[in-house]
Amino acid sequence: MARATKIIRNFYRDSVSLMQLSSTITKLPGVEQASAIMASPNNVTLLVEAGLLAKPVEAGANDLLIALQGNAEALESALTAAESALKQPSPSSTGNEQSRGMSPRSIEMGLGNLIGANLVLISTPGEYAAAEAFKALGLGLNVMLFSDNIEIKDEIALKRFAQERDLIVMGPDCGTAIINGIPLAFANVVRRGVIGVVAASGTGLQQVTCLVDRWGSGISQAIGTGGHDLHRDVGGMSMLQGLKALAADPSTSVIVLISKPPSPEVASKVLGVASGAGKPVVVNFLGADPDQVRRGNIYPAATLEDAAAAAAALANGQPPEARRASVPPFSITPLAPQQRYVRGLYSGGTFCYEASLILKKELGQINSNTPVEPGDRLSDVWTSQKHTVIDLGDDLFTRGRPHPMIDHRLRNERLIKEASDPEVAVILLDVVLGYGSHPDPAAEMVPAIQKARDLATKAGRHLAIMGFVCGTAADPQNLSRQETAFREVGVTLAESNAQAVRMAASMVLEAGAVGGRL
Amino acid sequence: MIQALFQEKLHVLNVGLSSFADSITRAGGSVLQIEWAPPAQGQQEVGRALARLVNLLSVETANQTAFDAYQSAQPVLKGVGTAGQVLPNITERMILHSGPPIAWKEMCGPMKGAIVGAILYEGWAENLARAEAMASSGDITFEPCHHHNAVGPMAGIISPSMPVWMVTNTTNGHQAFCNFNEGLGKALRFGANGPDVITRLKWMGQVLAPALRASIELLGGIDLKPMMAQALHMGDEVHNRNAAASSLFLKRLISALLKTRTSAADIAAVVEFIAGNDHFFLNLSMAACKAMTDAAHGVPGSSMVTAMARNGVEFGIRVSGTGSRWFTAPAPVVDGLFFPGYSTADAAPDLGDSAITETAGVGGFAMAASPAIVKFVGGTPQDAIDNTMAMTHITVGRNNAFTLPALNFAGSPAGIDIRKVVDTGIQPIINTGIAHREAGVGQIGAGITRAPLACFTQAVSALAKLVSAT
Repeated sequence: MARATKIIRNFYRDSVSLMQLSSTITKLPGVEQASAIMASPNNVTLLVEAGLLAKPVEAGANDLLIALQGNAEALESALTAAESALKQPSPSSTGNEQSRGMSPRSIEMGLGNLIGANLVLISTPGEYAAAEAFKALGLGLNVMLFSDNIEIKDEIALKRFAQERDLIVMGPDCGTAIINGIPLAFANVVRRGVIGVVAASGTGLQQVTCLVDRWGSGISQAIGTGGHDLHRDVGGMSMLQGLKALAADPSTSVIVLISKPPSPEVASKVLGVASGAGKPVVVNFLGADPDQVRRGNIYPAATLEDAAAAAAALANGQPPEARRASVPPFSITPLAPQQRYVRGLYSGGTFCYEASLILKKELGQINSNTPVEPGDRLSDVWTSQKHTVIDLGDDLFTRGRPHPMIDHRLRNERLIKEASDPEVAVILLDVVLGYGSHPDPAAEMVPAIQKARDLATKAGRHLAIMGFVCGTAADPQNLSRQETAFREVGVTLAESNAQAVRMAASMVLEAGAVGGRL
Repeated sequence: MIQALFQEKLHVLNVGLSSFADSITRAGGSVLQIEWAPPAQGQQEVGRALARLVNLLSVETANQTAFDAYQSAQPVLKGVGTAGQVLPNITERMILHSGPPIAWKEMCGPMKGAIVGAILYEGWAENLARAEAMASSGDITFEPCHHHNAVGPMAGIISPSMPVWMVTNTTNGHQAFCNFNEGLGKALRFGANGPDVITRLKWMGQVLAPALRASIELLGGIDLKPMMAQALHMGDEVHNRNAAASSLFLKRLISALLKTRTSAADIAAVVEFIAGNDHFFLNLSMAACKAMTDAAHGVPGSSMVTAMARNGVEFGIRVSGTGSRWFTAPAPVVDGLFFPGYSTADAAPDLGDSAITETAGVGGFAMAASPAIVKFVGGTPQDAIDNTMAMTHITVGRNNAFTLPALNFAGSPAGIDIRKVVDTGIQPIINTGIAHREAGVGQIGAGITRAPLACFTQAVSALAKLVSAT
């Protein structure tokens, strides 16, 4: 029978804790007898009498003494176990007591309350957002930065900081993402599947993921990068990270990239990585020359709809052209001769831009607050000129007012204004569903649409109102319920923005032809 | 790797729009909403400086070093000395005061009154008027106790011939000092300077100090940390409640005191004096805390607070990694309960070096140990626990020596981290007495106050500059 002792100097514990500890050590294998006490002379005498100590030790009442008796080989590990039990925080200091405590005031504090946290979604005012993002990255967390108004130098610094830590910054100004099936910020509830998306455009991402869902395929991951990521100075850092991650992701078999055309050097970097992805990559650089993009495994798509169609086909093992986008059948509204123009009133910036691109080919000059050609910028954004498409989500309109996907008042007012213009033939609308958007857009817009129609009718005109609903059956607003409500007030709906825009163009061209014959 | 994220369950911390958190919850995701407000009272530059310091390896390492030094400090009461002989860098005509530096003309009423009292006690002037003239003449140097390894409660006045506790951190050999506690009522630390006050101070110097010096010599020193730990288990938080600790101290002292050559009459007076003052141990607690926090001071890069002190006009903090610099803000008025006849209008702003106890993880930080004091400062035992728990969010660690029964013997939160204070906006809580704004009236209440955030935002800016420069 061997003995062992350990003295921890100036380490006070109450006697109850020490009795508990003693009983725990006694249960360890090979331990015959054990005691942990504060080494007051009385206590030491007791231990000597009990045979745990051969003779009194040099220790005082402020020193914690552990004394053991048992198999020589078992004693050392028992002492170590006893000491580590003493130095461990008690169970309450790690778990239960926290849950009763205050709600977290900082990201770091939140980490203590959400075990396994791996992403921070930041939507603070822009001037504070970069700091929060730096904190998140410093704490080893990925970032989705919904906030906007962040300087490009901060964006670059954040993305470099993230890359050094193998983390991603989605944003700034990233409106939407779907990670591991969870919709973030303005995102739709889409089926999970094999198509991975990296998009510099929020509504572009929503359009592609919703159409993929509508056509029976699903999304593995949808990563937003923010609108400036493919800027020359940022160099597409987030898109490249996202692309590489999806290339390495076994759950992703087709990749879709969405952006306005990047600068040539960024484009070549992105396409270079894409060509080595080892899986098909559908690229929609809005308005880019497809021949500049096409190569090996890279398939150019002219529109968001084409991108979704190609991805859905490829996901089913079909050639990308298997699903051809075409203008759905619709009835031509008889128009008065002076009704010549399309007016697009958009809540989604990318939809507006895409509409400009498509309409330009069909109808010529398209005026806008966010024009494709700088020369086509509206001098007064509040007054449309000839063919006009307006992005009502532009800062010019959202200052001091919620985004038009949430608050429809501004668009409804503009709708009435356009309907009163005798030169307007078609009004084009987008409706965006999903988390973050208005809970029932139809309820907000239908009365205004009705009123617009009545105004035109009273003036002896037929007004065509066309559009599309970007959403899914599983969205909180329910796609089919919303579509039905719009159809009931005579809105001609397509599945996608591209189709709705082409319908509008045909309407003007064909009705114009009809009108010419009259 | 980012694709590692794809293999895990997504857990989101949501900073900003709470509707995003609601959406994630409805979609079946895991999310925690952060109760976010712009950090650093909205000062963007400080917020950005802070962001770069959060979880920065060099700061984390420095804090661990500082915290370990604090934790391993063993403050031992080694003796009783005379301030002018034992305090470092003290000069002949120097008077020490509490808090950060302050000029005579800026001082609050109680501090001025106490200084005049000290001049009378020293015999530098023969009456109040001359003492006041002397104080304002510039002939006397006023410096913070903290600049001389010392602390003092309330006005914190230490003049050269006053007795002081001498505490040594036996781990590193450094000393810390504190004056003696005079008891409640009319006392120098509240600015009282009448003949009774001076007489008591003389007695303390001539009778109490030698008796205690002799007793401690016989005992060979008294370990203060275990005594404080034990008092925490007996309902003290060793700042505003020291009833148990004072009893434990007297119990330890008494047999040695009887063995000294002190006369029976003086022994009776000494015992009566200590037994009659439940705050007697406060000044020992403060000296011990000063020894512990000084051990953590001067670690480059460390964001751990090593002193919080108030002079009745300004609240100041010092930080381990920013040297001897004080970061100050106007001293807050204490929220508390007042003795009959007094109100907030009578109260001096926060005063005294006793917040060294909170700096060392006791006092308000260990409030969970002291249900008895909670009522005094207006609240329930649950509030006391909540206060201690709140402090866990702004501290570097837990002091294993100071365990809290009400928290299942978890260690007391200790080592205030300026980064966490600024990031969460949770201000360090301080249990404190309230002095009358006029000299000599004394204590008029007790309560809870909080260290001003502005001290911490300045400190974050300063630390960020030092860290980025290296």
